[in-house]
Amino acid sequence: MRKTTNIKMLGLALAVSGVFITGCSDKNEGEQRVHDRHNPFPSTYKVIESAPIFISNVTILDGVGGKIEDGQILLENGKVANVGKNVSIPSNAIEIDGKGKWLTPGIIDNHSHLGVYPSPGTHSHSDGNEMTGPVTAEVWAEHSIWPQDPGFQRALAGGVTAMQILPGSANLFGGRSVTVKNLPNRTIQDMKFPEAPYGIKMACGENPKRVYGSKGGPMTRMANVAGYRKAWIDAQAYKSKWDKYDAAVESGSAGDAPKRDLRLETLAGVLAGDILVHMHCYRADEMAVMMDVMKEFDYKIGTFHHAVESYKIPDLLAENGVCSAMWADWWGFKMEAYDAIRENVPMVHTAGACAIVHSDSDLGIQRLNQEAAKAWSDGKRAGIDISQADAWQWLSANPAKSLGIFEHTGSLEDGKNADVVLWSGDPFSTYSQAEKVFIDGALVYDRTDPSTWPVSDFELGQVTQGDAK
Amino acid sequence: MKTVIKHICQLSLVATCVSASFSVMAEKIAITGAQIYTMSAAGIIENGTVLIDNGKIQQVLDNKRVPSGYREIDASGKVITPGFVGALTSLGLEEVSLSAGVVDARVEPHAVSSVGAAYDVQYAINKDSSLIPITRVEGFTSAVTGISRTDQLFEGQGAVISLNNELSSTLKARAYVHVDVGNSGMHANGESRAALWVALNQSLDEAIFASTHDLSPSQGWEGMISRADAKALIPVIKGETPLLVTAHRAGDILQALDIQSRYSDVKLVLVAATEGWRVAAQIAEANVPVILNPENNLPGDFDQLGSTMENAGRLHKAGVKVAIGMETHNIRLAAQHAGNAVANGLPHNAGLASLTSNVASIFGVDEIGSLAPGKRADLVVWSGDPLEVTEAAELVMIEGEEIPMTSRQIQLRDRYLKRSTDKPVGYFR
Repeated sequence: MRKTTNIKMLGLALAVSGVFITGCSDKNEGEQRVHDRHNPFPSTYKVIESAPIFISNVTILDGVGGKIEDGQILLENGKVANVGKNVSIPSNAIEIDGKGKWLTPGIIDNHSHLGVYPSPGTHSHSDGNEMTGPVTAEVWAEHSIWPQDPGFQRALAGGVTAMQILPGSANLFGGRSVTVKNLPNRTIQDMKFPEAPYGIKMACGENPKRVYGSKGGPMTRMANVAGYRKAWIDAQAYKSKWDKYDAAVESGSAGDAPKRDLRLETLAGVLAGDILVHMHCYRADEMAVMMDVMKEFDYKIGTFHHAVESYKIPDLLAENGVCSAMWADWWGFKMEAYDAIRENVPMVHTAGACAIVHSDSDLGIQRLNQEAAKAWSDGKRAGIDISQADAWQWLSANPAKSLGIFEHTGSLEDGKNADVVLWSGDPFSTYSQAEKVFIDGALVYDRTDPSTWPVSDFELGQVTQGDAK
Repeated sequence: MKTVIKHICQLSLVATCVSASFSVMAEKIAITGAQIYTMSAAGIIENGTVLIDNGKIQQVLDNKRVPSGYREIDASGKVITPGFVGALTSLGLEEVSLSAGVVDARVEPHAVSSVGAAYDVQYAINKDSSLIPITRVEGFTSAVTGISRTDQLFEGQGAVISLNNELSSTLKARAYVHVDVGNSGMHANGESRAALWVALNQSLDEAIFASTHDLSPSQGWEGMISRADAKALIPVIKGETPLLVTAHRAGDILQALDIQSRYSDVKLVLVAATEGWRVAAQIAEANVPVILNPENNLPGDFDQLGSTMENAGRLHKAGVKVAIGMETHNIRLAAQHAGNAVANGLPHNAGLASLTSNVASIFGVDEIGSLAPGKRADLVVWSGDPLEVTEAAELVMIEGEEIPMTSRQIQLRDRYLKRSTDKPVGYFR
């Protein structure tokens, strides 16, 4: 986030669109919702109050490469208060014996379509791809998300504490993504991760050309690239118009504000560095082209998603500081997924590039620890020796970085949000399960106590509500 | 003597693999030291020996013994199972699923068939498919393969194939006929069970009639099903070919079981059975096995509201035979699926049976799926518990031959691990 830009834009919002302001732009200060042109749908997420939680005798992976045997952790006031071997216990703490169990940061899935492609997957629920034109940067995933998707509860039982929900990949620019806490309530605003920046979904390759090939194009990869470049040129012009206006406002000589354009506003937000780029891209050669487009227009691609050929260019990805969000072993469902290999994740990691394990699946999101375990063990057999403690970065720290929220979550470091999973055993085993899940220090799922299992409105009153899922 | 295709791999700076066809004397082999899951009456044997002769299991011993003339493979500390059998795949019928040319697993309606029963994959299997080595290096030595979509009532006739290194490998042609009576099967059937079931009953009624009728072109036939469909369905109503019925909701499953009350010889197999656990006692009573993916635990449609990860375990507990493995490119992940069923209540041995002996018995291919004298020597030596995601197949044997542990994916991996910047990547093999 570029805070200065936001504050500047806040003043602008007052002058331009007359939207009401109920608080200060400094998000750390108040509980009040801030509506402005850059945040018209502010988060109403509320931390659930909890007594302090103290877990001991537990094997801890801190998410940033550390492993503590017989460790202890204190969760207090929604934060990780202390981690180590000698943590002091407040008198009012709830104590949990973690003997034989493992503790990790909550899993963060940076590629989900829960809520935009919810269960049941009826046509009326198909809200993830605005397939009416190849450039729809003006649409926002959060306006499609159905918080009653039972997939959220299933993901919670798999230890997922936060996720990014993206539009689909039919379009060159699919629209804005949103990062949420996995604690669905009545509205999407109730889920929004308060401090998370926006993302934009872009897509390379087969999907846009398949969808638009007979609908006016693009029908080739070369037209895909022409489409991105044309859009960035328009965005540059739009941004410069607003930059001039902003400068005039500052010097007290502003005239009429330019007319807002939702599409270009999002693209200009990328050029300003406020909106993070998440680009669906399978093939190595296409990723390399996109990293050149990124330089041509001076923006940053945060993460390539799917990235099944990242193992072919880990050096380029490391050099350009672009993350790869990958499956462990999906392949072959289309040509651009034909060269997938099982060692993709460890090969990217070992080259010093940022590796993430993502799901893109309402089933896969329930077992991301197993996806990481497969990639980790496949790497080991191929001679790539990575510790489990380092590998856990694929599930929490690196996705948090990819989403711009690592300052707040993604590792068990003092002061971070207490987003934590207690596993029944080594989470790299098929047989281990998330036993207790904490979000901001509150116990939000306990496998051993069915009364704690959240049930979505959709499943309430249906034949098997509240069953083990 | 028999002819096999052997891969000869030389490791050098640039590794080369060539295929050559030549004859070898079928070897006598003793695999020693492993924990052996025989999936037969012999149960689990610790530290035993598997004796192999002429491509068959000769004997499984409960101690270590290497008779003279046998080559020993030391598998101490390892686990041996029968080769896994993909329970319901489209292996050999599909290379790349989308926008990549012909996919034999998907059939557009053709004049030879009015209800889709006639289509037969035995003529369509491509053993050069990259999926075959990619799958077998992960411990799968055979698979049931069939059509995934016809847009008609039936999804044709599937086959059981060996994933060996030979071009021809059908273990059983016309191994089943498949019909989907769930929501996903409605689109080509009047969008309603009220039409689909009448069409299904009518098809089976006509097959009964056809079984005593002359189907030659000179004779009249004005049935709803085509003559070719009738030829495919006659073995079904006689119980010679199993009828696979995909059903999700409990009511649909009971409807499916009721087929046997109208057509008493039909041999049913349930597929998916998402809410099977709700009627597990009835399924067990009818002695109908189930093929499922235990990880489907979301209400993907209104006929799957009762989905749960505990389905496999609950069905097994009620006495239902469960097979696991519904995938194609990643059928290799069926071991993980079974592992997750075990994590949710299926006993471990039943998890292994779901990948081996249960599949073999459902499709009536007795020579695979267990390790007992006279069975095919299709087996796998694993680094540990095969249902653990971190363990792997280390040696895979089909009919007593060690298969080359390589695949297109492994070669891509090795190319990019070996690559250096002094020359283009095409020169690294």
